[in-house]
Amino acid sequence: MNISVASGKGGTGKTTIALALATLLSQRGIHAAILDCDVEEPNVNLFLKADIHSVDTVYTPVPSVDEARCNGCGKCEQMCRFSAIVIVGGKPLVLPDMCHSCGGCYRVCPEKAIQEIPKEIGGIEEGLKGNLHYAGGRLRIGEPMAAPLIKEVKQYACDADVRVIDCPPGTSCSAIESVRGSDYVILIAEPTPFGLNDLQIIVGMLRQIEVGFGVVINKSDIGDDRVYRYCREEAVAVLASIPYSPESASEYASGFYHEAFIERFSAEFYSIITSVFSGKLKGVCRNE
Amino acid sequence: MNELVIISGKGGTGKSSIAASFASMAKNKVIADCDVDAPDLHLLLRPEVEKEEDFHGGWIARIDAQKCTQCGECTQLCRFQAISGSYEIDESRCEGCGVCAEFCPCMAIEMERKITARKYISKTTYGPFVHGRLAFAEGNSGKLVSAIKEDARRIAKENGYPLIIIDGSPGIGCPVIASLAGSKAALCVTEPTVAGLHDLKRIFELTRHFRINTLACVNKYDVSEEITAVIEQFCKGHDITMVGTIPYDPDTVKAQINAMSVVEYSRGRASREIRNIWDRVSELM
Repeated sequence: MNISVASGKGGTGKTTIALALATLLSQRGIHAAILDCDVEEPNVNLFLKADIHSVDTVYTPVPSVDEARCNGCGKCEQMCRFSAIVIVGGKPLVLPDMCHSCGGCYRVCPEKAIQEIPKEIGGIEEGLKGNLHYAGGRLRIGEPMAAPLIKEVKQYACDADVRVIDCPPGTSCSAIESVRGSDYVILIAEPTPFGLNDLQIIVGMLRQIEVGFGVVINKSDIGDDRVYRYCREEAVAVLASIPYSPESASEYASGFYHEAFIERFSAEFYSIITSVFSGKLKGVCRNE
Repeated sequence: MNELVIISGKGGTGKSSIAASFASMAKNKVIADCDVDAPDLHLLLRPEVEKEEDFHGGWIARIDAQKCTQCGECTQLCRFQAISGSYEIDESRCEGCGVCAEFCPCMAIEMERKITARKYISKTTYGPFVHGRLAFAEGNSGKLVSAIKEDARRIAKENGYPLIIIDGSPGIGCPVIASLAGSKAALCVTEPTVAGLHDLKRIFELTRHFRINTLACVNKYDVSEEITAVIEQFCKGHDITMVGTIPYDPDTVKAQINAMSVVEYSRGRASREIRNIWDRVSELM
């Protein structure tokens, strides 16, 4: 089972809640894993502190031109819709950061002058904390496209019974790639105007790609009631409300918090787990 | 012309609140919301839309079922698993590369321009405002960011304005790179947490990579004065100009609820410090 934790707005508490859920499941004897798909700014292991046992490098194919074979016909440039290969002075110039690795240019080249070479886009580390598996991606600085790396992260810990996926903020390519194929998405929202606006956008995205979801309202006492009203009007399930806690904020700041956070809000977490897993996973819900 | 891009690495550190505050204090500028994934600045600037248009962010493949012989060539060639077993295009997966159309032996596939967003040029009491909105589940946000910046530059030039204030998105990927492209200065808004510090280091590597003058401020510094000190130390050692530390202040959320920037709404602690930061930033620009 894949459970994503996502939000349109940043800083709502995705990592905090994803870690707490994965830890709780693991403590209850479930074979659980946490995947850090926020590859641009991966934070899971700052808090989890898993022992890393391996790091893999991830590559994506980009074109390389054999100038001796190339006759400068320009078919590759015409083929490429991402302006990643352009003819300059009669010869193709490759701009690897624009390349989407579709393979069009090397297939279309009549002289077979283009081959694909690997470009490093980042790494994936893998580790263990207690019984909880961890895998997290880290995008190479300057690399624009995160989605191919996210896709790779999701190939990890496939044998786990539950994989909790910590998603990047936003509602576009990276967020879509992260939540794709999830059995359920837990959206984290703040009850503020920004929180509401970004919740509406990500709800629209999830409805478009047809993935089921519910909302956890975090820092539930800092704003107004418009997020609650929206959830009621749109028949969006509110799984739990977690109030702002200055203690949690300062524990989070120092990087030592998720155990204390689970204890402080154990009732809220059980209500989330019950809503998400009830009937699907034996032994994790309160009344099973 | 000067462009100030407000970024953060980590999300939710207060970029838009600070951008709106700067917008209410700066004179003769254009404002641009380049966080097109989750744009929020309009909620504080209350724009009156003057011009809006569809934005074509890319292409999409269309299969003509009449011509398709279901030979399987396209499903094999597509690197994005965007063509289903029943030869339908999954729009959220299709990158618009055109490989399927090029190599379809029956010429059953055509590429169509795709509307991926709406782009707006608006009037606000603070000056011209360029913003956009992606359609649900659309990608290619970097392209929209570049188009928004282009409009903002044109408007600034036409009006003889020397400054563009750009609200960026979290992360270090494509939309962030697009929002930084061609700009001279970036203000990183961070928070005093291990995640804030970690993410600041990565966004700083990015601004250094693009040789952009980097400023930083710490929001909610009183959540951890200890980590604030570590951040200040890091900035000192890396040629990042620290322009201020803002205290946690519930007025920031109250201002948002009242659809105002915090400096307009309140004379409180956060408001005062943001004013000081703006004085320092405008001197440096």
